[in-house]
Amino acid sequence: MRTRERWAFLATAVLLVVVLPALNALPQGSPLRVSNFTLNLFGKFLTYAILALGLDLIWGYTGVLSLGHGVFFGLGAYAMGMHLMLEIGAKGVYQNVLPDFMVWNRVTELPLFWKPFGSALVTLVAVVVVPGMVALVFGFLTFRSRIRGVYFSIITQALALCAWLTFNRNAMNLGGTNGLSGFKTMFGFPLNEPATQRGLYVVTALCLCGAYLLCRWIVRTPAGKVLVAIRDSETRVLFCGYSPAAFKLFVFTVSACLAGVAGALYVGQVGIITPARIGVLPSIEMIIWVAVGGRGTLIGPIVGAFGVNWLQSLLTTHYPDLWILVLGGLFVSVVLFFPDGVVGTAQKLMARFGGAPRPAPVPQMAPPHSASVSEGKREEVAP
Amino acid sequence: MFIRLLLALALLPGLTTPAAAQGAAASAPQEIVKAITEVASSDAAVQEAAAVALGKTGDRKLLPLLEALREGSVYVRTLPGGKKETVIVGDKVNEGDKTLVPIFTAYDREPIQGPDGKPLLADLSKLEEVSTGRSLRLVLRPLIDAFSGQSQLTDPDWTVRQAAAVKLGNAGDPGALPTLTEALAKEKDRWVRYALEEAIALVQLRAGSPPERVIAATRLGALGSGDALDRLREVAVAADTSPALKEAAAAAVKRIERWSLLTQGIQVGFQGVSLSSILLLMALGLAIIFGLMGVINMAHGELMALGAYTTYVTQGWFQGHAPGAFEYYFLIALPLSFLVAGAAGFVLERGVIRFLYGRPLETLLLTWGISLMIQQGLRLWFGAANVDVISPKWLSGGVPVMVGIQLPYNRLFIIGLATVAVCGMYLLLFKTDAGLRVRAVTQNRGMAACLGVRSRRVDALTFALGAGLAGIAGCALTQIGNVGPELGQNYIVDSFMVVVTGGVGKLLGTILAALGIGGLNKIIEPSFGAVFGKVAILVVVILFIQRRPSGLFAAKGRYADS
Repeated sequence: MRTRERWAFLATAVLLVVVLPALNALPQGSPLRVSNFTLNLFGKFLTYAILALGLDLIWGYTGVLSLGHGVFFGLGAYAMGMHLMLEIGAKGVYQNVLPDFMVWNRVTELPLFWKPFGSALVTLVAVVVVPGMVALVFGFLTFRSRIRGVYFSIITQALALCAWLTFNRNAMNLGGTNGLSGFKTMFGFPLNEPATQRGLYVVTALCLCGAYLLCRWIVRTPAGKVLVAIRDSETRVLFCGYSPAAFKLFVFTVSACLAGVAGALYVGQVGIITPARIGVLPSIEMIIWVAVGGRGTLIGPIVGAFGVNWLQSLLTTHYPDLWILVLGGLFVSVVLFFPDGVVGTAQKLMARFGGAPRPAPVPQMAPPHSASVSEGKREEVAP
Repeated sequence: MFIRLLLALALLPGLTTPAAAQGAAASAPQEIVKAITEVASSDAAVQEAAAVALGKTGDRKLLPLLEALREGSVYVRTLPGGKKETVIVGDKVNEGDKTLVPIFTAYDREPIQGPDGKPLLADLSKLEEVSTGRSLRLVLRPLIDAFSGQSQLTDPDWTVRQAAAVKLGNAGDPGALPTLTEALAKEKDRWVRYALEEAIALVQLRAGSPPERVIAATRLGALGSGDALDRLREVAVAADTSPALKEAAAAAVKRIERWSLLTQGIQVGFQGVSLSSILLLMALGLAIIFGLMGVINMAHGELMALGAYTTYVTQGWFQGHAPGAFEYYFLIALPLSFLVAGAAGFVLERGVIRFLYGRPLETLLLTWGISLMIQQGLRLWFGAANVDVISPKWLSGGVPVMVGIQLPYNRLFIIGLATVAVCGMYLLLFKTDAGLRVRAVTQNRGMAACLGVRSRRVDALTFALGAGLAGIAGCALTQIGNVGPELGQNYIVDSFMVVVTGGVGKLLGTILAALGIGGLNKIIEPSFGAVFGKVAILVVVILFIQRRPSGLFAAKGRYADS
């Protein structure tokens, strides 16, 4: 890292990992204290930022728009949620070793696929591996047959719809519409203690730093250059002797794993996971975090995840009807007026006026199959 | 259908203009008037005899009296001249310490009017109650049943006649046999005859002599009667059944089961085709837009919702301003939905989408944002709950084609609509100059532009056309589904699947894919549930694209895409 960037990264990391939790640990009533609520909210945003980083890797850098990342987020979240459900043990409402909703649904024996989640280690592995495996299989089938561009987006959206429908079913033994909730402890620590939440927050912040470093490393390697090349012209990459499918599969899987980790951290802090978080709408909402922040930059998704969600929590408390309209407006205005997002636009402005860091390459999507020859006008509107 | 309408119109005046009450009572035949007086007698035997006599007349206008007798709302009032009259009383109204009741004539239950022309209210304490004993009630019950059955069996509407026959058959009262046989002799309609025969056989199976029962069981099997299945199964295992009857019943059960399997198959096929028609209407627009401009229009579902809400508003307008022409609102709503959705599509294309050509992923996100805004707009304007769209009468009901199969008019209509749309689309694309230009731009935009095709205008008009088709789909959907702000979301993913499977801009591919996906949906749904139906379709589509990455019919030729 260049010195300036290193200092910026370290300062942000220290602020997120050390300063905020320390301020939260101050005694009640102290003027500088960060409330439990705020810290919890920040923790939630941090998980979203982890997910957005993965999404940026696949969309911003590789140019593959996945509208099904909610599924991977949900898989991680459900994996962790299942472990937490089993940890409740007989302390639930029905005093039964089985989770309450199973008692309610007259399930007498723990379903087979729940059993491994009794172990903390298996759960921690599953949080990464299950979304990764699903992405690997799904990606293999789709990338291999050269499904790309909007086709891929549509197929992943169908995946999100199917996952949502499936998780909603009571027969799946995953809590149906109500999802998993009512957790009491996480690896033995009581979840309603501020100290546990603070610890969880620190872990989340550390994970975000780790994810940032991982993504930064990936995009700096030669493989990362190939990813950008795929984004700009997949066919040319193919003709140069690379296999775009393999690169895309790799990056799709990595981003699914990141989404799974984000989901697992989310469950502990929010205390509930329902199918509503993995459907079509939440999956596409994740895209807007990246778009608003600035795709093709690594800071962008983090800024976007914080900004958009902060705006959402602000608007939904005061003007609940307005939020969807604002969200729609965000999609429209970002695409039409700020294709580079907040960070990209800021970098451009700095380059123009300050002459400071070189702007990140502007993401440029490959034109559709039929638009190889363009009219003169298009050059003006699609710079 | 048309004849039914005419009949309804002819009957209308008779139903709405209240005939002069006294006159109606006076118009009753002499023996009925006598029986009406006797029914109010205090002697139970005379009462029962009179009730039976009334029942025998088969006069439909007496039904209210018999029902009122059973409920105990028949009274006798004394006319000013000292003459007594049997009347039916309505709901009580309390006025001061007096209890007043509206009174009606015993014959045909017309309101009795006072000298001022207003319905007369009588003081309940001045009326004499007609007592209804248990035995009279027992006499009345079958009378009323037979009466309503009988009167319905001569109803001009064949659906009413059919329903009455089915009801009598299921009741299994042997007393209804003569009525049923008589009706069968007079009946001309095929489906009512079927119901009558079925009813007769059912009654005989229940209450006939042993040889009659055997014949009835065999007859039911031959008829393929679904209603009789449970009853036949009972008979086949009952202890008091003779061996001959047992055998006949078992054979009949087998025959009916085979038949119902066939009808179910046909039913599923029909539902699949009608679902496919909706998908086809949706996907047709999407596919043409996608093929032409490479744009995935995520707001297509909302354009469909716009069409549906246009239908809703049109219906509301007709209700408020032209209730007489209400039956025909749908004929206005259909083109209106096309225009509204088409105009919205045109504005969308001219306003925003044209700035994003060549960037399909951005267009996808943009149109998604617009779809959210339209959706929320509809929610704020019309409310989040589903709105009620009333089907016109000529679209409700159905036409029976085989025993156990009735094809609903609304679904038939939708299939017809989709067929017309596809044919229109074909003619437009392949037989007109405009279509030639669209195909030219789809094949090679730059070359077409060089040759003088104004590709921008082609884009805008095609987009509007595709949007209009979505509007029509929405309008059609109001007849078979719920209309709510989320309407579009329920169909959009399915129609994208159709586009992906069918191939880009290929009419035939789109049709086949729509039929395939719609049909598959309906085949899987009954046995595995709707959820796994959707999941299975995704799996099938993904596996399918493995073999044919660019859909059913790929564009021929060699070109590299970027």
